[in-house]
Amino acid sequence: MTTTRILVIGFGNPGRLDDGLGPRLAEAVAAAALPGVSVIVDYSLQVEHAAAVAEHDLVVLADAAVAGAAPFTWHELPPDAVDAAAFSTHVVSPAGLMALAGEHLGARPRAFVLAMRGYEFDEFGERLSPGAADNLAAALAFLLPALAAGRLAEPADGVVRT
Amino acid sequence: MTRLVIEPVTRVEGHGKVSILLDERNRVQQARLHIVEFRGFERFIQGRPFWEMPVVVQRLCGICPVSHHLAAAKAMDRIVGGERLTPTAEKMRRLMHYGQMFQSHSLHFFHLASPDLLFGFGADVGKRNVLGVAALHPELVRQGILMRKYGQEVIQATAGRKIHGTGAIPGGVNKNLSIAERDELLADVEQMVTWAQSALQLAKDYTLTNLELAQGFGDFDSNYLGLVRADGALDLYDGGIRAKDKAGVVLFDHLDNQRYRDVIAEEVRSWSYMKFPFLKALGPANGWYRVGPLARLNICSSIDTPLAEAARAEFVRISGGKPNNLTLAYHWARMIETVHAIEKVRLLLHDADLQGTDLVTSGERREEAVGIIEAPRGTLIHHYKVDRDDRVTMCNLIVSTTNNNEAMNRAVTSVARKYLSGVEITEGLLNHVEVAIRAYDPCLSCATHALGQMPLQIELFDAAGRLLHRMAKGMAAR
Ligand code: NI
Repeated sequence: MTTTRILVIGFGNPGRLDDGLGPRLAEAVAAAALPGVSVIVDYSLQVEHAAAVAEHDLVVLADAAVAGAAPFTWHELPPDAVDAAAFSTHVVSPAGLMALAGEHLGARPRAFVLAMRGYEFDEFGERLSPGAADNLAAALAFLLPALAAGRLAEPADGVVRT
Repeated sequence: MTRLVIEPVTRVEGHGKVSILLDERNRVQQARLHIVEFRGFERFIQGRPFWEMPVVVQRLCGICPVSHHLAAAKAMDRIVGGERLTPTAEKMRRLMHYGQMFQSHSLHFFHLASPDLLFGFGADVGKRNVLGVAALHPELVRQGILMRKYGQEVIQATAGRKIHGTGAIPGGVNKNLSIAERDELLADVEQMVTWAQSALQLAKDYTLTNLELAQGFGDFDSNYLGLVRADGALDLYDGGIRAKDKAGVVLFDHLDNQRYRDVIAEEVRSWSYMKFPFLKALGPANGWYRVGPLARLNICSSIDTPLAEAARAEFVRISGGKPNNLTLAYHWARMIETVHAIEKVRLLLHDADLQGTDLVTSGERREEAVGIIEAPRGTLIHHYKVDRDDRVTMCNLIVSTTNNNEAMNRAVTSVARKYLSGVEITEGLLNHVEVAIRAYDPCLSCATHALGQMPLQIELFDAAGRLLHRMAKGMAAR
């Protein structure tokens, strides 16, 4: 049996406080060096990530959330979700990225959005707020075992789902 | 089927707000583009050691970190007295810069502008987006993704990594290009040149076919500013400052870019966080200018790569040798630069200096320095003071989007005058305003605070300042 190829993309600007939640999570996943798991860290989701997405079986999109439940929410993107709203925005949304991969690069793997609640975004700084640091720890405690088992779809105890 | 997708992730790049002010007879008096500038960056870097600057400034903007990386590195070169880079260092930096120009312009054209150009400005928003393009022209979307990816690979090979690159350091670079990296980039470069040429053809055909529309859409005279090489050629990485007026008369030329403050001042207006730069000699009313692809094509005397130079000659012919003043001509100019950038990448990949090992230089230490670069969106200025303990004590940045501030306001005003009827904002008006702003490719992330859930909002005020109507777009729905 072949290993499930999992891609974790953590995005956000680590120079804007809790906006760095996604990159920090991705860096922690990379440090765990799990077999079959690749990691991308970037400021935002970009169209070229669709090429990497298309080469994996499962994708986790990890970002900071400015609102919503703490410590984090976890949900699977509907396989037909599209999102094309944009006002000269240079970034793509999770659904937009998956649609690009499916329609133009030949594969749309199952994708999960991990949205970690952040609290402070309004200044430059490389620290996390205390609450965001707790939420990051909770998200990692959930995600790392799931990645190691290669099973992302199954709900875990204590996880807030949307 | 209609399916509403609400992402839990609400952070976006930034947001723009347009307010339209009417006079007593309900005619458009003025339209204003509000971009909320992100404050506090100066405080964030003050007191940090100067050698951190090329890395730390990338935190300023997740959309164009490479521009800030290189502008800061150029300033820090002077701080260490190492501005005469070794050939390997200068060529590595140029390769990085052309790579980012290529990826940035490609993203804009294929994924932001092409829906406007292919479907017209009035088209239904559900179609006028990249997925609409995908349905009709799937090859364009795929090319856009792969061109963007190629540019990112050039950045990775030169900056060390795609984000938070460390390649440029004060006085040079910290790596050269290995043979393996070179060969990997060479494998796809001819394909990239071909795709860039077809994108250029598309942008040119669009402009020529729709010339009448373009001539009445956010067209206005202005001054133009940018860097040029010593012989007047387009130079995106370095050069002296040249400015031309609306008739094409050179206002000043080859000005040492360290002296930008001799010619540029910034005006503060009560309603905007973003400043309004202008040429001192002409004053704020007449001294505002445009930067970016259109300005660069208007000020340069030539382009030193053959495909782009041939395209420039055609571009210049349209406006009879005078500066082209059409907002919509930015798209054509941007694609000429895309071809130029990939021609430069191809030349550099064949240059053995990139495998050189002499990477860093230094000289007499300075306490103040300016780094200016032609970023994808236009002239980007970084200015620093550094004390004897190597700490940054002052930093002043003028980003490309700020340089185009007045021009974008004029474009919005002009479009609002033409497309506002009555005292109600229509979907059509919103679309046209959006197209006008988009032509300038503003980086809202550079200039703004990151949290905005309404990417574009328009408000209409009567002569007494009462809000008549408000309309917003940006909900993720289809
Ligand atoms: Ni930017």
